[in-house]
Amino acid sequence: MEAIENKVAEPANEETVLVEAARSGDIGAFESLVRRYDRNVFRIAQHITQNREDAEDVVQDAFLKAYQNLGQFQGQSKFYTWLVRIAVNEALMRLRRRRPERTVSIDEDIKTEEDSMPREIADWSPNPEQMYTQAELKDILGKTIQGLPPSFRTVFVLRDVEGLSTEETASALELSVPAVKSRLLRARLQLRERLNKYFKRRDGDTRP
Amino acid sequence: MKCSDFLKELTDYLDDAMDSRTKAELEEHLQWCHNCYVVCNTTKSTIEIYRDSKLYELPDELRTRIHSAIVANCRSHKSNPQTASSTKQPSPEETPQEKPAK
Repeated sequence: MEAIENKVAEPANEETVLVEAARSGDIGAFESLVRRYDRNVFRIAQHITQNREDAEDVVQDAFLKAYQNLGQFQGQSKFYTWLVRIAVNEALMRLRRRRPERTVSIDEDIKTEEDSMPREIADWSPNPEQMYTQAELKDILGKTIQGLPPSFRTVFVLRDVEGLSTEETASALELSVPAVKSRLLRARLQLRERLNKYFKRRDGDTRP
Repeated sequence: MKCSDFLKELTDYLDDAMDSRTKAELEEHLQWCHNCYVVCNTTKSTIEIYRDSKLYELPDELRTRIHSAIVANCRSHKSNPQTASSTKQPSPEETPQEKPAK
């Protein structure tokens, strides 16, 4: 079986030049960094907050805070990883405001034996995403990931949607590598379990 | 190898982050365990479907509006760093100290 490939490739040198220029006050250079990462930050923010307006605010606030604090960025980590940490904190803060009755933390670790053990073993149809229209599929995927605890969906979106490495995800979330791996496994398995009902092979589906 | 042992290694297997000996053991298990084969395949599909889904794309119109707001805030901050930002000053919790990549 082929491994899942990461799709993020980063021209690091060009970025270092942009970060340096932005740190010196070049807003045009900072705008280039915004253009480079705004879509990623928006996706991350909306996955965590599950709210479009909050995601929009998170993008604005995260980039502004990054600009204000560029002096603290020493270049030891990638700029993107540093930016993601700011964005995740902003997104979690908005989520806490919206759900004051619930504890929302990246440290949240809901550990049970059951959530790692598949309950339904059903093979899926070939090309399951083609069973639905684009709009239906987005609705299914959105509802499904919304059901995960925030700490699980945050790890999943950074690692599997945005393509950060396990180490980068751990650095961005200030978690240990084993904690990232543990949450990622449970997030993946829980999503798989929840998607079963939409994608499992149906009677009469004779394709291999 | 038991199925529970296979599941513990599933994430590293899908990410191809393991030594060749462990990988060979897992693949040997997959040869005869249909349940683990199905779980492995459908978990891989789950990741790929989310990755390719274009869920939560940033529309161009919204993107333009956000850019304008960010640039305006940055200019404002540059001209008057003490008071000009549209948002509050960050607390330590909100602006994490940089850590080197591992």
